[in-house]
Amino acid sequence: MEDLAHNQTPPTTSGIALHDLACDRGGRRVFTGVQADLSPGDALVVRGTNGSGKSSLLRVLAGYIPAGDGSITWNGINVRDDIGLYQSCLHYVGHLDGVKPVLSVRENIALWSLLMGDPMDVDAALAHFGLRKLADLPAKYLSAGQKRRLNLARLGASRRPLWLLDEPAVSLDAQSVAQLESLIADHRRAGGIAIVATHNDLNIEDATLLSLGKQGFESQERES
Amino acid sequence: MNTFWHLVRRDITLARRQGASSFLGVAFFVIAVSLFPFAVGPDPLILASIGAGIIWVAALLATLLSLDRLFQADFEDGSLDTLVLAPQPLVALVLAKTLAHWLTTTLPLIIAAPLLAMFMALPASAFTMLMVSMLVGTPALSFIGAVGAALTVGMRRGGVLLSLLILPLYIPVLIFGVGALGAAMLGQDGSSALMLLGAFSLVSLVLAPLGAAAALRLALE
Repeated sequence: MEDLAHNQTPPTTSGIALHDLACDRGGRRVFTGVQADLSPGDALVVRGTNGSGKSSLLRVLAGYIPAGDGSITWNGINVRDDIGLYQSCLHYVGHLDGVKPVLSVRENIALWSLLMGDPMDVDAALAHFGLRKLADLPAKYLSAGQKRRLNLARLGASRRPLWLLDEPAVSLDAQSVAQLESLIADHRRAGGIAIVATHNDLNIEDATLLSLGKQGFESQERES
Repeated sequence: MNTFWHLVRRDITLARRQGASSFLGVAFFVIAVSLFPFAVGPDPLILASIGAGIIWVAALLATLLSLDRLFQADFEDGSLDTLVLAPQPLVALVLAKTLAHWLTTTLPLIIAAPLLAMFMALPASAFTMLMVSMLVGTPALSFIGAVGAALTVGMRRGGVLLSLLILPLYIPVLIFGVGALGAAMLGQDGSSALMLLGAFSLVSLVLAPLGAAAALRLALE
């Protein structure tokens, strides 16, 4: 209740708040009643079984799928009022890597850095995931794990306060997982927010945990 | 505006690296047109009378050939998810991608067109009008095509459906394009057909990106 009262004073609120968020896919309610309130520096870890709606939740949060019910508030403004502004504040990393095989590793990241605005040091972003030595290699020669790292390097190539990561650790080796964890930690220290859906035990300190499916949404749907 | 030009440059770079797309379109255009002298015989009078129409139809089909990949590559590899988050409205990104598509696949057709006009025994006086009418009219082909490409982006074999959706809408372009050329060949003033062609291109430039952007948003759901 304190948080709600706090949210109603407009200029001071920053961060993202989800109110009773629900999502329908193919005429079926995937999840409902999702609540969260994240301030700069916070992280939310979304867990749940297959089909519990982790990916759907992240796609709703990225603005790709309209929410079935409830609302998302970003910096005190309902995102439905200015979806373009909200979408230009976030990074989304999904299951697909968005890597162009005919471009080199550096070109791939440099392009995203230019296209997404507010560019940062491309070489530093590559170096963080150990891709510096591969920078001039056409991306078609990368392994699945390397492509994933290249896609994640995008996070460090343009500055955006909200990160939505859908199973970011899939096909990463232990060292790369540690690099991803440190990237998320740095992002939060700089006042960023991270929302991460994961099965793996990605170590994110002081993260709020959101369990989908366990609250009975899935079983309710199965009975009806 | 920066994002717009970066995206145009990116798509041109991708088309150049992948190489084949521009070349294949031109090759199809040349081969399709050069079939007609074999089919109807080498009589220059017959060829000249049907030449304008055949060149326009072949250009239209060559454009269609590459359209289904306009958004599909970015959709399949997940780039479209990220592009939507760029600090530009999706309409501007559609415009940028369509412009890049026109520059890489349709512009080479226009450059190859005079060669085909010679195949079809068109009078040399019509060459200028052929290129001008294509320059004015083909943007409409790309923009209308972008709507179809966006609507069929999630489909495995969307190409055929794309043709069915788009070809009927190409008819006005065909009529005015061939009309302008026919008038020039008869020594008449083709500017009224040319202006209508231009109007059609401008209207599609304004409306089509809106439709294509809405269709892409649906595809991302």
